[in-house]
Amino acid sequence: MSKKVEMKTRILKTNEDWAGRNREVLAGKGVKALNLMSSPGSGKTTILERTVESLRDEIRLGVIEGDLQTELDAERIRRLGIPVYQIETGGGCHLDAEMVARAMEQLPLEEIDLLFIENVGNLVCPAEFDLGEDLKVMVASVTEGHDKPAKYPLMFREASVILVNKMDLVSATDFDMEAFARDVAKINPKAEVFWVSAKTGAGFEEWCEWLKGYVKGKP
Amino acid sequence: MHELALMQGILEQVEQKVVEHALKKVTRVKLVVGKMTAALPDALRFCFSVLTEDGPCAGAELEIEEREIVAACSDCKEEFTVRGIDFRCPRCNGRNTRVVQGNELYIDFIEGE
Ligand SMILES: Nc1nc2c(ncn2[C@@H]2O[C@H](COP(=O)(O)OP(=O)(O)OP(=O)(O)O)[C@@H](O)[C@H]2O)c(=O)[nH]1
Ligand SMILES: [Mg+2]
Ligand SMILES: [Zn+2]
Repeated sequence: MSKKVEMKTRILKTNEDWAGRNREVLAGKGVKALNLMSSPGSGKTTILERTVESLRDEIRLGVIEGDLQTELDAERIRRLGIPVYQIETGGGCHLDAEMVARAMEQLPLEEIDLLFIENVGNLVCPAEFDLGEDLKVMVASVTEGHDKPAKYPLMFREASVILVNKMDLVSATDFDMEAFARDVAKINPKAEVFWVSAKTGAGFEEWCEWLKGYVKGKP
Repeated sequence: MHELALMQGILEQVEQKVVEHALKKVTRVKLVVGKMTAALPDALRFCFSVLTEDGPCAGAELEIEEREIVAACSDCKEEFTVRGIDFRCPRCNGRNTRVVQGNELYIDFIEGE
């Protein structure tokens, strides 16, 4: 005899529960957390290095680094003298909220106002996993092409801020800034977009000013 | 990309129900997957077939109901299906829209004996 069992079970429920707990812990300690996402090599770590250099005297910063196998990115940040914790996902294609919870335990959250979480380089999966962050920040570099918003709309939709990086190289590519901006305006018309170069520092004044305002403005 | 991990999670949940309801075998698993998620139905089907070669779900049918992306406009209250990548309101051209359907990712029900 056939029997039907109703479930209505959310598949990502475990992650959502962890994310909710992270959000409570962070809010309790007065930490704002940013989840930094992009495809591999778009410049997340280089952007972090430059951002940390310009903000570390004004804002107490911390970083969680997600990486498949190595400590390389964490070492780059550690040199700048701020607290950093490295998560090795062991091949996992995204960070999940439980990994971030473990990392948070290893950081002096009382001494941090702004926590950056560098996700694993991947343009698809990280967008689906809430980490408990306050804001999703996405990096897209001009060398990847202007068609990325149209091809990977999910992450562009989820991001509150989009950093278009490697602008120093834009003239060497066929990257169409207008087409990119037009697609982003369709997918996520409320997103803040900054055109930057982590190599030359172009655009970082605006981006860092925005971050300062964000950290101070939020209750 | 992480459909294998998703399917492992799904089957764990299903097997828990199998025990709770003293089922001998599962004949059907029904999922609901919104198009805003990164989970691809074909990849889910493939992972299901690989992971259910034996166990209580062996031979079970996997049904996946896909949900279109529907957004609602906060300015004029219009609800519309998002086609392609345009999330702006087709009625008032408003930018204040939010997704009201398409983020679903859940196990609806199972059937078994
Ligand atoms: N020309 C140029 N190169 C850049 C810029 N930003 C980063 N790069 C280079 O791009 C490469 C990748 O930069 P990373 O910062 O390691 O990129 P990532 O996103 O952290 O990479 P993963 O963590 O591996 O996903 C490095 O060789 C950087 O020097 C930029 O604005 N302009
Ligand atoms: Mg990096
Ligand atoms: Zn409208």
